Amino acid sequence: MLRRALGKTLGFIGYTIQYGCIAHCAFEYIGEFVACSGPSMEPTIINNDVVFSERISRHLCRIEKGDIVIAKSPFDPKMNICKRVIGLEGDKICTSRPLDTFKTHTFVPRGHVWLEGDNLQNSTDSRSYGPIPYALIRGRVCLKLWPPHSFGPLNESPNGERITRND
Amino acid sequence: MAWQAGVGRKYFKAFVSGFFVAVPVTVTILDRLAYVARVEGASMQPSLNPKGGSSPDVVLLNRWNVRNYQVQRGDIVSVLSPKNPQQKIIKRVIGLEGDFIKTLGYKNSYVRVPDGHLWIEGDHHGHSFDSNTFGPVSLGLVHGRASHIIWPPSRWQKIHPSVPPERRPLLQWIQDTTEDDDD
Repeated sequence: MLRRALGKTLGFIGYTIQYGCIAHCAFEYIGEFVACSGPSMEPTIINNDVVFSERISRHLCRIEKGDIVIAKSPFDPKMNICKRVIGLEGDKICTSRPLDTFKTHTFVPRGHVWLEGDNLQNSTDSRSYGPIPYALIRGRVCLKLWPPHSFGPLNESPNGERITRND
Repeated sequence: MAWQAGVGRKYFKAFVSGFFVAVPVTVTILDRLAYVARVEGASMQPSLNPKGGSSPDVVLLNRWNVRNYQVQRGDIVSVLSPKNPQQKIIKRVIGLEGDFIKTLGYKNSYVRVPDGHLWIEGDHHGHSFDSNTFGPVSLGLVHGRASHIIWPPSRWQKIHPSVPPERRPLLQWIQDTTEDDDD
């Protein structure tokens, strides 16, 4: 009797560990669901939207300009930020405001990316803290799941002229 | 023939079910608990790789300890390189956030480590690609803390945190709780 109960408990623990590990691998290498908060990505992502972020392109280094990514905040690793990639390594970025007479530029260093929110007036991003290392990126947002009326792929950037073109 | 096919199918099934247990469990242990890595290069001499490339040290990286990004001064940590996301570098933590550091060849000779960042250096000054080249690194890049040298067997030992005395931060923002070698 006792032996049977022990066997059942061990079996249950084994299954828990197994499915926990499978869940870890799925969230770590395939994708995860993220609830976004804050105004920095309006109007593309509004407060409390739920998005799906896939992690395959991050592991294969296939993040491109214009993608929306989830990254660890460089100043608080427990916090995540959701921004759009404006420039990859080696790109020239305009750092001055649109009305400034003198344009200032900076280059994104090796292994770094330049992130900006879509809501340029209300976003803390690379314009204030500079480029961030590529390794801080957690995943690429590819699908909006909630609210249901806006289900589907995400919109293009409303300020597309910020994204530097190489051609 | 039918008997052979049945045995083959049985083995195949056992292999697949074992595969689906073993691979996720291994990956999770490597991601969450501990990771084993070979140290390359001379940047951490004499603590690691004292004989150079002939017998590279293999270290055990404790990943469970750094899950909340809590590291001490003097710990040897592995960090995802800020210059190349595919590469991991292994260095010693010299300064935590808020510390004042006298740098060796960085663009500013004194630096205050920003919030959520670390100042890391190799023990072999001048032969190390570290914070003196690329500046403070974000805590989010920390990958693991080297806790033991496990290979070669003659060098099997626990790694204790220690800051070289001449590289202590000039001003410590967060005080060490376990400092007992104040001399």
